[in-house]
Amino acid sequence: MTLAAFGTVTLLACLLAPLVGSTSISLARVFDRSIPFADNTDAQVFFVARLPRVLAAALVGAGFSLSGVVFQALLRNPLAAPDTLGVSAGASLGAMLVLTAHADFTLFGVSVVPLATFAGALGALAIVFVLALAKGRGTSSTVLLLAGIAISALLSAAGRFIQYLSDVTGTFRTVQWLMGSLDVGSYAPILASLVPFGLACIGFATLPRILDLISLGEDAAEARGVDVVRAERVALVSASLSTGAAVSLGGPVLFVGIIVPHIVRRLVGADHRLVLPASALFGAALLIVCDLIARTIIAPVEMPVGIITAIIGGPFFLWLLFRGR
Amino acid sequence: MVAIPGPLRLRAKGLGLIVAIALSLQPSALLGEARRVISIIPATTEMLFAMGAGDRVIAIGNYDTYPPEAQKLPKVGALIDPNVEQILQMRPDLVVIYGTQTELKRRLDRANIAYYSYVHKGLSDIAQTIRSLGMRVGADAGANALASRIEQQLADIRRRVASQPRPKTLLVFGREPGSLRNIDASGGDGFLHDMLDAAGGADVLGDIHRQSVTMSTEMVLARAPDVIIELRYSKDDVNNADMSAWNRLSAVPAVKNRRVILLTGEEFVVPGPRVAAATRRLAAALHPEVRW
Repeated sequence: MTLAAFGTVTLLACLLAPLVGSTSISLARVFDRSIPFADNTDAQVFFVARLPRVLAAALVGAGFSLSGVVFQALLRNPLAAPDTLGVSAGASLGAMLVLTAHADFTLFGVSVVPLATFAGALGALAIVFVLALAKGRGTSSTVLLLAGIAISALLSAAGRFIQYLSDVTGTFRTVQWLMGSLDVGSYAPILASLVPFGLACIGFATLPRILDLISLGEDAAEARGVDVVRAERVALVSASLSTGAAVSLGGPVLFVGIIVPHIVRRLVGADHRLVLPASALFGAALLIVCDLIARTIIAPVEMPVGIITAIIGGPFFLWLLFRGR
Repeated sequence: MVAIPGPLRLRAKGLGLIVAIALSLQPSALLGEARRVISIIPATTEMLFAMGAGDRVIAIGNYDTYPPEAQKLPKVGALIDPNVEQILQMRPDLVVIYGTQTELKRRLDRANIAYYSYVHKGLSDIAQTIRSLGMRVGADAGANALASRIEQQLADIRRRVASQPRPKTLLVFGREPGSLRNIDASGGDGFLHDMLDAAGGADVLGDIHRQSVTMSTEMVLARAPDVIIELRYSKDDVNNADMSAWNRLSAVPAVKNRRVILLTGEEFVVPGPRVAAATRRLAAALHPEVRW
């Protein structure tokens, strides 16, 4: 019932968002088969400019939100998110490396930028993962979070150094990338990111009950027969893949991964069988709406979507920090 | 031209005189013409060499790659990271810097070293900067000749395209490699817009009064340019797969009619003395029907 409501909201967002934009198009013309697609501007606005964008927003929103849920449950910390674990810094470093090197080749129709971004995100999480493994059973969540912050600082410093050495264009492109953008302009990057995202979802599907138990404490989970170390590995790998897929598609769209799990838990409670799918759906809808605002609010030009999510996410985050004090 | 009434004209003349006197009272001007000049901006380095004052330049900026004879000089930083220590050590009698380098200005002031600072807003500022820089370093004759030559060449290009139809043009100077993401194009203000205008193109973003506009694919489709010109600094930046990214937008007239044109060369990004040559290349790309 609850999931059906979330599903309806997301579906509505997916269906309505492509109808709105900075230009007005006629739906009759969009679906008019008598005009060849190559000459049909309205159809290209709909199918090349808007639809991939809405789908990318949905995927990025779902990806960040799912990993947010998993990180928060796993580390039993409300601040755990792709951002705070160094993933954004790793992804940014990957993007910076290719953007400042002016390496402009494509692999299977996907530009090298998302590939490097994906590698950077996974690299950063691999460090966190290795640290978690080294600690063995019952990794302290505070240690992991602090490790994430340290890795984040390290990778950001490396990124700033590269930027300092690079030329103005490289720096400018990097800054643009850091603001996040969902204007993917084709379906190839979406299809490419569906592979890691799909694998992540398979991992997530095994997690809900285990996450419920781990949220109560690792000892409690172990007492109920959960193989905590194995579960942690599955959770970290899945969350890393999903974050990597999201950040390579849309850039580091801040805060989605932190705010969505909190909102959803307030709405549906703490049961991860509900929280996981509901967060994916809500995250997708939220980012579709944020992107809709981004591309229409100062039309004909656009606002970077990362700014919109941060404007919404920032105050929410503050409220989260200070409520009940 | 607006006719200026007599008394006002006199007052303007008087004001000009005061400014001229004030300028001549600058300490460095009293010291005579500059002999040891450091220029850290590509445009002014090119200007100094083109006006025949290259022999007075003792150091240049990190990104100054033209003319070749400047390349043997030491490089002392650039717009955002000037190496102040090295600059002071070289004991210049004039440092040519950009108007936004306020921290550098403060430090030069403290060291009592004269500087020439300028800001470029559009194409017409280039000849003006050449003249005033020439006056400042004491190479007036060369500078005036250079500035007049550029103005004449630009006027000639304008004249040749005057009777031609002006194609709606999108002037792109950057995007994410291999994709159509974060397309940066020239808006209705600034040096690139003015060059496009002089070259006989109608800027498809002319109504947006900014130097640069980040475009979405939807915006490219909506604006429907007849010609897309993409500028790159060097040939290394380009490959064919990258240019074919535009083919996804086949409803755009420029794509449909195969008028997506790639122009490479750093003269497009340096608002210096090569601006007329760059404008000419732009005009030739936009108007292949004219004999160039």
